[in-house]
Amino acid sequence: MLTKRIIPCLDVKDGRTVKGVRFEGLRDAGDPVALASRYAREGADELVFLDITATNQKRATLVALVRDVARELDIPFTVGGGIGTVTDVEALLLNGADKVSINSAALARPELIDELAARFGSQCIVVAADARYNDADGWQIYTRAGTNNTGRDAVEWCREAADRGAGEILLTSMSNDGTKDGFALDITGAVSRAITIPVVASGGAGSKQDFTNVFQQAHADAGLAASIFHFGEIGIRELKEHLRQDGIPVRL
Amino acid sequence: MEIAVIDYKGGNVQSVIFALERLGVQATLTADHDVIRRADKVLFPGEGEAASAMRELQAQGLDTLLPTLTQPFLGICLGMQLLGRHSEEGGGTDLLGILPFDVVRFPASAEYKVPHMGWNTLSKLRSPLFTGLQEEDYVYFVHSYYAPVGQYTIAQGQYPTPFSAAVQRKNFYAVQFHTEKSSTVGTRILENFLNL
Repeated sequence: MLTKRIIPCLDVKDGRTVKGVRFEGLRDAGDPVALASRYAREGADELVFLDITATNQKRATLVALVRDVARELDIPFTVGGGIGTVTDVEALLLNGADKVSINSAALARPELIDELAARFGSQCIVVAADARYNDADGWQIYTRAGTNNTGRDAVEWCREAADRGAGEILLTSMSNDGTKDGFALDITGAVSRAITIPVVASGGAGSKQDFTNVFQQAHADAGLAASIFHFGEIGIRELKEHLRQDGIPVRL
Repeated sequence: MEIAVIDYKGGNVQSVIFALERLGVQATLTADHDVIRRADKVLFPGEGEAASAMRELQAQGLDTLLPTLTQPFLGICLGMQLLGRHSEEGGGTDLLGILPFDVVRFPASAEYKVPHMGWNTLSKLRSPLFTGLQEEDYVYFVHSYYAPVGQYTIAQGQYPTPFSAAVQRKNFYAVQFHTEKSSTVGTRILENFLNL
């Protein structure tokens, strides 16, 4: 049976892993290659590397990091953060990234998704969608680390991304990110029901039960978190044992 | 031991080369017919779309070379599908015809999403490729198309219909999953292949 995936996310800046609370107040959580290998040994199903300063930096650092990680890691990993061109994606895939996630660039020019899927195949193209809730408009898609409201409905955007050839949606609730109050079950469930490609839920994980809830109630295919893993608050193995006891298929 | 990894711009070959390096083996990425023919083992990884992959193989004459090879050969992911006769992908694509299967698309639903992406179990293992593995061991899959089960099937997956997770005919072995990204289980399969 296909298992639900547990995905630690490593935010990287200048080759180091960092994690911001609501994208502010960065704390250093170590060397990405060492951290990646540790997670693989502990039973992480995949990893995501998010280069949070990529838009203002040269690509070379990220390509070098991808190569270092791919050399060591025997599980799949996705790279994202400020990736905007076919050339960027090609460099990352050629150096060992399994999947590449695009966000703002896809919103600025949605045809990019079609182009990337045609060139490299849907299986390696992840569209990262950052959603935030407000009472007037519901769940809308934001860019630039959650500062810019695109005015696009979250479910509609994810549906369009899937139709254009994305292989997976990485859905982050900006309203929940950093709160540790749990994933956004309503929007995750709505997106998961609306499309037939896998959905990775992100933002708000604080407890093992939060993962149970996002799998059972929101039908996410994978759950992503950062700080609760980086600072040892929840171990990957104990999380998976909890999920198995709750009847959720996991790789142990 | 000379290991050739076939270079046809077929996607994430670097991960396969790194996985071999972790086993202490240096592989050569090549489209050179002589180098491929002389190699002790040949790996044929691949990702992406079948029609463009076939065009690239044809452009380099690899579509006629590969079926003539006699050393142990391992197709991975798209590199497995390309060994079949025909694929539904790209409006219908003729493949290498080394194994007698036709590649079809998974029907997508809210419950069974496509691509079939993530860790799933292997069953009905029957090959020296799987020495040391157990039924229900997990490996990592990413694919939207699959080869049905047939007499060539040496391991099965299920999503929800049974499909070929691995196939073999003579010296041609192939796996649908990413053995280079399947943790210790995948490493063991690569080791077993190198020991064939």
